[in-house]
Amino acid sequence: MQTSDLIRILPEIILAVAGIVVMLLGAFQKQNAGRMHPAIALLGLLGAAGAIAYQYPWRSLDPAFGGMLELDAFSAFFHILFFLVAALVVLSSSEYVAQERLASGEYHALLLFATMGMGLMASSNDLIMIFIGLEISSLASYILVGFRRGVATSSESSLKYFLLGSFATAFLLYGIALMFGATGATNLTEIHLALQAEQNTVTAMASPQLTPLVGPVPTALVGLSIALLFVGFAFKVSAVPFQIWTPDVYQGAPTPVTAFLSTGSKAAAFAVFLRVFMVALEGSAQDWVWLLWVSGLLSMVLGNLAALLQTNIKRMLAYSSIAHAGYILVAFTAHSEEGVAAVMFYLAAYALMNIGAFAVVSHFGNRGERYVEMEHYAGLGYRAPLLAASMTVFLLSLIGIPLTGGFFGKFYIFRAALHADLVWLTVLGVLNSAIAAYYYLRVIVFMYMHPAAEQIPVERVRPAMGFVLIFSMAATFLLGIFPQAVLDFASQAAALLLENLGNGVL
Amino acid sequence: MYQALFFLFAASAVGFAINLLIQRHPIHSALSLIGVMGSLASLYLMLGAEFLAVVQVIVYAGAVMVLFVFVIMLLNADKEEPSDRSKMAKYLGLPLLFLLLAMITVVIYRQFPEDAMVQFGDFPGQTAAIGRLLFRDFLLPFEVISILILIAIIGAIVLAKKEP
Amino acid sequence: MVPLSYYLILAAILFVIGVAGFLFKRNIVTIFMSVELMLNAVNLTFVSLSYSLRQLDGQIFVFFVMVVAAAEATIGLAIIITVFRNRESLNVDRIDLMKL
Repeated sequence: MQTSDLIRILPEIILAVAGIVVMLLGAFQKQNAGRMHPAIALLGLLGAAGAIAYQYPWRSLDPAFGGMLELDAFSAFFHILFFLVAALVVLSSSEYVAQERLASGEYHALLLFATMGMGLMASSNDLIMIFIGLEISSLASYILVGFRRGVATSSESSLKYFLLGSFATAFLLYGIALMFGATGATNLTEIHLALQAEQNTVTAMASPQLTPLVGPVPTALVGLSIALLFVGFAFKVSAVPFQIWTPDVYQGAPTPVTAFLSTGSKAAAFAVFLRVFMVALEGSAQDWVWLLWVSGLLSMVLGNLAALLQTNIKRMLAYSSIAHAGYILVAFTAHSEEGVAAVMFYLAAYALMNIGAFAVVSHFGNRGERYVEMEHYAGLGYRAPLLAASMTVFLLSLIGIPLTGGFFGKFYIFRAALHADLVWLTVLGVLNSAIAAYYYLRVIVFMYMHPAAEQIPVERVRPAMGFVLIFSMAATFLLGIFPQAVLDFASQAAALLLENLGNGVL
Repeated sequence: MYQALFFLFAASAVGFAINLLIQRHPIHSALSLIGVMGSLASLYLMLGAEFLAVVQVIVYAGAVMVLFVFVIMLLNADKEEPSDRSKMAKYLGLPLLFLLLAMITVVIYRQFPEDAMVQFGDFPGQTAAIGRLLFRDFLLPFEVISILILIAIIGAIVLAKKEP
Repeated sequence: MVPLSYYLILAAILFVIGVAGFLFKRNIVTIFMSVELMLNAVNLTFVSLSYSLRQLDGQIFVFFVMVVAAAEATIGLAIIITVFRNRESLNVDRIDLMKL
C-alpha cells in the first residue's frame, strides 16, 4: 500500500470517519447533539466531495490496491451523484427525524456508511470489493428501512427487504463463484481478458498439468453465471421479475429513506451492473442482451400498469420507480457507449426529481406519515401553493415534459436505443411513458381541481427543506434546459470506461 | 477411503439439509443446519482448506448458530402452522426447483472433465499463505469489512433495544 | 479420489434445498436459516473451485462471505425481534399489513 492508494480511497475514509464521529457524539454529548449530527454529516459529505475533486483528472494512472479499485471518470460521476443525493437526504430528513423522534446519531451514521458502500460499489473493479460494497450499503439500508421500530409497517418492510435481499445476494454470490470457476479470476479486467482470449487466467501462472481446469473457458458455465449475476443485480435495481419487494419496502420505510433507496441505492446498483456487464462481460453480450430486453420491457409495462391502480402516493412512486428502472434498462440493452452515457444521465436526472418529489411527500405526510394517500392531496394547490407547485414540477419531470431533466433523460435513452436498432423496444417504451403520464397527472389534478375533503394541516417549510426543494427544482430545470454539460461528462466517462476494452489493454 | 469419506459427509450434509426442510419446529431446523455446517467443515478439510474448516466450525456453526438458537428461545417460537399458500407453492415451485437443479447439474457435468479428481494432500492447507494474501493483496476488503461489522453492531442496538 | 464435479453438484443440491426452504417454510427464522444454507452451498463451490484452480482467491472469498453472513445474521435477527414485538407472530403469512 502506498500514499497514492490512500488518496484513492480518501473519500471513503472521510465518510467513515464522519460516520464514526456522528455516532460517538451522542455518547459524549447528550444535549443538542441532534442539531450537530446533520451538520457533521454534511461536512463529511463535503469533505468527501473535495477528495474526489482532488483526484482530478479522473483517469486512473494505475488501478489502486492491485486492481481492486478503478478511479475513472465513471466512478467520479457516481461518487458526486451519491454525495449529492446523501446531502439532500440529510437536509430533507432533519424535519422527519425530529418529528418521529428517531435516534439521530445512528440515523446519520448509517446514511454515511451506506453512502460509503455505494461509493465503493461505483469504483470497485473486483468482484470481492463489489460484493462487500454492496453488502455495506444494503445492510445499512435494511436497518434504515426499519428505523421506525415501533411502527409495524416499518419493521415489516425491513423484514421483507432483508429476507429477499439476502436471498438475492446468495444468487449473486453463486454467480460470482461460477464466474471464478470459469475464468479463474475475480478482477473484472482479468475476467474480460480471459473471456476475450477464451483462455483461463490461470494458464499463464500455473503449469498446465497442475490444474485440470486450465484451458478454454467453459461457455455454458459462463452463461449460467451471467444468469445468476443478472438475478442479483436485477433485484437490486428492482427490475421485473425481481421487483416484488419494492412497493412494500418503499411504502413502509421512513419517507426520506425511501428517497435515498430509490435514487442513491438504485444508482449504485446500476453503476455496478454497468461495470460488471459492460467491462467484464461485454464479450458475451449476446448472452445477456435478451435478458435485459425482456426485463426492461416487463418492468416498464408492469410498473406503469400497477402504478395506475395505487391510491397511496409512496406506493405509486414505488411502482413508478420500477418503470423507471425499465427505461434505464432500455438504454442498457443498447450496450453502447451512447447507452451507458444515457443511463448515467438518466440516473442523475431521476435522482434529482425523485428526491424532490419524496421531500414533498415527506413534508406533507406530517407526524406518523398520516397523509400519504392521494385524496389527502386534494386542494393542496390552494392551501400550500409553493409546495404544490414544486410537486407539479417534479411530477412533470417524471413524465418527461420538455424543459425538465426527465425529458432529456428519456430522449437520450430512446436515441441510444434507436441507434442500436432496438426499434420495437423504443416504440413500446414511448408508449409506456404515455401511459405513465396518466397517474402522475392524476396527482396534479387532485392537487388543483379537487376540493379538499378535510382540513389537513400543512406545516411551515423549514429552511433546510426549502433549500432541498429549491435546489432539486433548479437542478431539474437546469438539466432540462442545459443538459449538455452533464451529458458531456457522462459521455466522456462512458468512453473512458469502454476505451481500454477494445484493444485488451489492462 | 477418500471416496467413502466423501460420500459419508455428502450424504450427511444432504440429509441434514432435507431435515431442515421437513422439521416443523425451528429449533430442530437450527440443529439440522449445524449438522450441515459440520459436514461441510469436514469436506473443507478434505479439500485442503484447513483454515476455512476451523473458521466454519468456530464462526459459523459456533457463533452464528448460537445466535439463531438464542433468538428462537428468546421468542419462544412455536411449531409452524401449515397454510394453504405453502401447499400451492409446493405444486408450483417444486417442478421449477428440479428444473433449476437439473440445469445447474447438467452444466457442471458437461463443463468439468471427468478426470478432474480431488485427492487428499494435493493442495495442502495454506493457512500462512492465506494470511499473507489477506494482509497484502486483499488488504482493502479486509479493512473495509470492519465498517460492515460496525454497521451490524449499530443495527442490532438500534433495532433491538427497548424503548426508554 | 472423487471427481471435482461431485463436489460442485453436492453444492448445487444444497443450494436448491436452500431455495426450497426459502419458498416453502413459513417460520421467518427458518426462512432465514435457508438463506444461510444457500450461502454455505456457495462457500462449498468456492472451496472446490479454489482447489481445482489451485488458487487461494476462492478461499479468501469464502472468508469474506462468512464475515458478511455473520453480520447479516446479527441484523436479520434484530429485525426479526422488532417484527415479533410489533406483531407477536413469526409466521410470514401474518406479515401482511401491506397488500401485495
